[in-house]
Amino acid sequence: MQLEKAILATITTNAKKVTAGSSIFICETKEEMEKVAANLEAILDGISHALSDELYIIVKH
Amino acid sequence: MNEYTYPILFGVIVGTLARIIMLKTDYRQYPTYLHGKIIHLALGFIAAGLGSVAVPAIMEKEFTAITFLTIAASQFREVRNMERNTLTEMDGYELVPRGKTYIEGVAIAFESRNYLVIFTSLITTLSYLVWNLYIAIVVAIIAYFIVNKLMSGSTLGDIVDIEHSEVSFDGAGLYVDNIYIMNIGLPARQEEILKYGMGFILTPKSFDVRSTIANLGQRQAILHDVSVSLGVFRDSGTPALVPLIKRDLDDGRIGVFILPQDKNVEKAMKVISAVPVLENAIRMPSESKASNKEGS
Repeated sequence: MQLEKAILATITTNAKKVTAGSSIFICETKEEMEKVAANLEAILDGISHALSDELYIIVKH
Repeated sequence: MNEYTYPILFGVIVGTLARIIMLKTDYRQYPTYLHGKIIHLALGFIAAGLGSVAVPAIMEKEFTAITFLTIAASQFREVRNMERNTLTEMDGYELVPRGKTYIEGVAIAFESRNYLVIFTSLITTLSYLVWNLYIAIVVAIIAYFIVNKLMSGSTLGDIVDIEHSEVSFDGAGLYVDNIYIMNIGLPARQEEILKYGMGFILTPKSFDVRSTIANLGQRQAILHDVSVSLGVFRDSGTPALVPLIKRDLDDGRIGVFILPQDKNVEKAMKVISAVPVLENAIRMPSESKASNKEGS
């Protein structure tokens, strides 16, 4: 089976919200989270989606 | 030189001219300059030759010569394969791909145009031999109109109403009118999308059209044509900036989200209405037995 979509990274300011699964980046502030997400988006060639204000995921489509 | 020389020559010339007329390089830029064109002109010449020779062959009671046409058929099927392969290979390097349905449509057009050439040459040679040159010229002109009619399909403007609509965000969700397009997380990206993005709503004019514009290949064709004509604000490594079309499940409308470099609403609407309706996307639910019974 070939996966069409995959979560490449998870970026959060609230470590309680996530456990293992993909690479997790825990940030202090929302600004830091956005910066990390923007960088990861460019590096991983994925799209950053906001699940909530404190949780972003990078998804490869 | 014999009595068939001029009729055959005339048929070949008319056929080749027909191919030249049908080989238009427009906004699609395909076939590209010279080399791509020469391939198709050469094949058109061969098709014209085959069409012209068939008539004298029958007149000379060489009925087996008709089998030549079957060779032509397989030859032109090969043309379709060639076009399909080339375009599919190149599609991977397009910022906004054509999509398989569009490619298949182009490939079919290339194959069928060669048959139109054979048809043109055949009837012009026939009328030259049966009547004379002048009637053959008239027949050639009529054939030209028939060919022109056969090669032009309908465009999107015929089957949908196009309206401009602002793009907006509800949280991270991107919307065109009330149609959800995608989730964009980064505020920086959201700003770019609000600045460069444009939205259009296509409303189907009839029930049949709903399934046609819902076809993923047809939707990709719209995105490709718009991106070719208006430019696209996108690069490799920016997957978030992607033109998309989503469907309103309630009423079959589709929301077109594009990122043009030339933000001209009028022009964009013109481009969308000129997008060809792909043969392979056309569906006719109203022609089904079930709906016929309902109607009677």
